[in-house]
Amino acid sequence: MVDRILGRGRDTAATETPPAELTVAEQKARVWSRVQLARNLRRPRTLELLGAMADEFVELHGDRLFGDDEAIVAGLATIGGHRVAVVGQQKGADTEENVRRSFGMPHPEGYRKAMRIMELADRSGLPIVTFVDVPGAHPGPESEERGIADAIARAVGLMTRLRVPIVTVITGEGGSGGALAIAVGDVVLALENAVYAVISPEGCASILWRTTDEAPTAAFAMKMTAQDQLALGVVDEVVPEPSEGAHTDHAETARRLKEVIVRELDRLAAIPVDVLVEQRYRRYRSLGAYTELAGPAPTPQIPPRGGLADRLRGLLEAGQRAMPAPLQVGRRDEPPAREDV
Amino acid sequence: MPMKFPSFRSRRESFPEKMWTRCPSCEEQLFNKQLERSMNVCPSCGHHFRLPAPVRLGQLLDEGTFEERDPGLVSQDPLGFVDQKPYTDRLAAAQLATGLRDAAVWGYGRIEGQRIAILVMDFGFMGGSMGAVTGEKVARAAEGALAEHVPLVIVSASGGARMQEGTLALMQLAKTMGALERLRAAGVPYVSVMSDPTTGGVFASYAVVGDVNLAEPNALIGFAGARVGAGTIGQELPPGFQRTEFLFRHGFIDRIVARPDLRRELAAVLRYLAPQRAEAGRG
Repeated sequence: MVDRILGRGRDTAATETPPAELTVAEQKARVWSRVQLARNLRRPRTLELLGAMADEFVELHGDRLFGDDEAIVAGLATIGGHRVAVVGQQKGADTEENVRRSFGMPHPEGYRKAMRIMELADRSGLPIVTFVDVPGAHPGPESEERGIADAIARAVGLMTRLRVPIVTVITGEGGSGGALAIAVGDVVLALENAVYAVISPEGCASILWRTTDEAPTAAFAMKMTAQDQLALGVVDEVVPEPSEGAHTDHAETARRLKEVIVRELDRLAAIPVDVLVEQRYRRYRSLGAYTELAGPAPTPQIPPRGGLADRLRGLLEAGQRAMPAPLQVGRRDEPPAREDV
Repeated sequence: MPMKFPSFRSRRESFPEKMWTRCPSCEEQLFNKQLERSMNVCPSCGHHFRLPAPVRLGQLLDEGTFEERDPGLVSQDPLGFVDQKPYTDRLAAAQLATGLRDAAVWGYGRIEGQRIAILVMDFGFMGGSMGAVTGEKVARAAEGALAEHVPLVIVSASGGARMQEGTLALMQLAKTMGALERLRAAGVPYVSVMSDPTTGGVFASYAVVGDVNLAEPNALIGFAGARVGAGTIGQELPPGFQRTEFLFRHGFIDRIVARPDLRRELAAVLRYLAPQRAEAGRG
C-alpha cells in the first residue's frame, strides 16, 4: 500500500521496523522516547546548528508589517561554499529566552518574515535551507487576530512555486501547519530523533481518546517518527544522530547534517529550474493514499433516488419547487466542532 | 471493480422521519418543512444549520447544471490507524451516514448562468476533515478550473486535517496550495465561502486564500481549536473569538453573507471577476 501512496519509490527497507518480538507497549514506549528526545531542551536549534556548520551567518529581522518574531530566525549564510538563505525556528534554551521566543511558537509575523526572506532569496537566486523545530504555530488570540492561518497558507503556497532549490531539515518537533509553513522542500531531511505530525500527540489524544494521558498511544498511532515518515514518503532521508542523541554533541550533529545539506545543494543546483519547480509540485501533488472506484457514487442517503448525480439533480430540481423533503436536518447537525475530526 | 459497499439502504428507512428540529441557538421548535423552505436557517433567530453537501449544491447552483467529477475517490488507511475505533470503520460509518465517499464533492455547474468549478465540503462526513481524498479533489477542482478557465468556488465546512491520515493529511495543505498558486498565476478567480465550522488546516490553506472570502454569519472560523488555544496559552479568550464577525473585524473576510443571499452575492462577485480575467488569461 505504501507504494500506492507514494509512487515515489522510496527504499522502505531502510526504515527501522521494530523487531517483531516487541510488544505494542514496547513499541509505543520507543516512539514516546523519541518524542521526548525531539523535545529535549538541550537539542541544537537553528542558531546552534548554523554556528557549527556555517562559515558566516547574517541574521535579518522583521516582517515589515508588524514586528520581528524571535521564534523564527532568518538570514543569509554560507554553508560549505554555498551562499544560501536560511529560515529556521528557534526555541529558547532557558526560561528567559523562551519567553522572548514564545517557546518556539511563531506568530504570523514570524512566517511573514520567513516569506520575505524566501522571496528575497528567489529574486537573488539563492537556494534556501530551512530548519524545522516547532511545537506548533502560536495558538493564542493575537496570533488569530493577525492571521496565523493566512500566514501559514501563503507561506506554504509560496514555497510550492519558488524558483530556487529548497532543502528542508526537520531537526526536532515537526508540529503540523506551523512546521509545514517553512517545510515545503525539494528534499526533506530529518534528524534521526525528529518527529513530524499533523497534530501534537497530546492534542490528538485529547480529541480521539478524550484524555492527554493517551498521548504516547496517539504518537504511536500517528507514525510520527522520522523513520515512519521516511516510509510514508513525507521525508526523503534520515540523518543519524551521534551517540545518545543530538543534544549530547551539537558539533557532530551539525557536521553530519552539513554533509548531507551540501550534497543536496550540489545535486539540486544541477537541475534546471523549470524541472525543479515541476518536480516539487509533483512531490506534494502525489502525497496521500486513495483509490479510485469505478462506477457511480454509492447508493445515496435518500433511498428512492439513484446515484449521487441523480440525487443532486433531484435536489436541484426540487430546489426550484422550494426545496425537497427528506433532508433530516436535525440528525446530522450540531456535532461539536472538533469532535470527530 | 464493482463496488462492495455495505448496504447504503440507510438506517433512515428504519426510523420514522423526524418532523421537528430544535434550534440549538434559540431553542425554538422548528417544523422541518419550514426549516427547509428557509434554507436551513432558523426563521426565529437566524442560526445557520450545517448543510449536507448535496443540499448546499442545490441552494447555490442553477437547476440541473451540476456535473460531478471524480466521485470514485476513496481514502485508504495508510497508517493502519486505530484509536477507539479503526479508521476504516469510521470511514464506512461516515459513508453509510452521508451517502458520500468522503468529505468533499466537486464538479462543474452554473450560477446564474455562469459556469464555475465548485467544491463543497460536508461536515457530516468525519467532521469535514481533510484527508487525501479531499485534498485531491481540491487540487483537481483547481486544475479543472485552470484547464477550462472558469472561476473556482469552494464552500468549506471542516474541523481541519484528518488526524487518522497523519502527516499525509498535513501534506494536503501543500498539495492544495500548490494547485491554487497555479490558478492564481493564470489569473483565474477563486472565491472561498466559509461556513460553520472552518478551522485548522482547511482554514490555514485553501479556505483563507480566496481572491474574495465570503463567510456565513456566526460561523466558527479559526486556526487553533479554542480548547487547544486556551489550554496551551492559559489566556482569556476575547468575546466572539474565532467567529465570522471576529475574522471580519480583523480583515480576513470580505463579506458576511446570510445564506439566502449567498447565491446572488456569489454570482455578483463572479460577474466582476470572471470575464476580464478570462480575457487576460487567454490573450
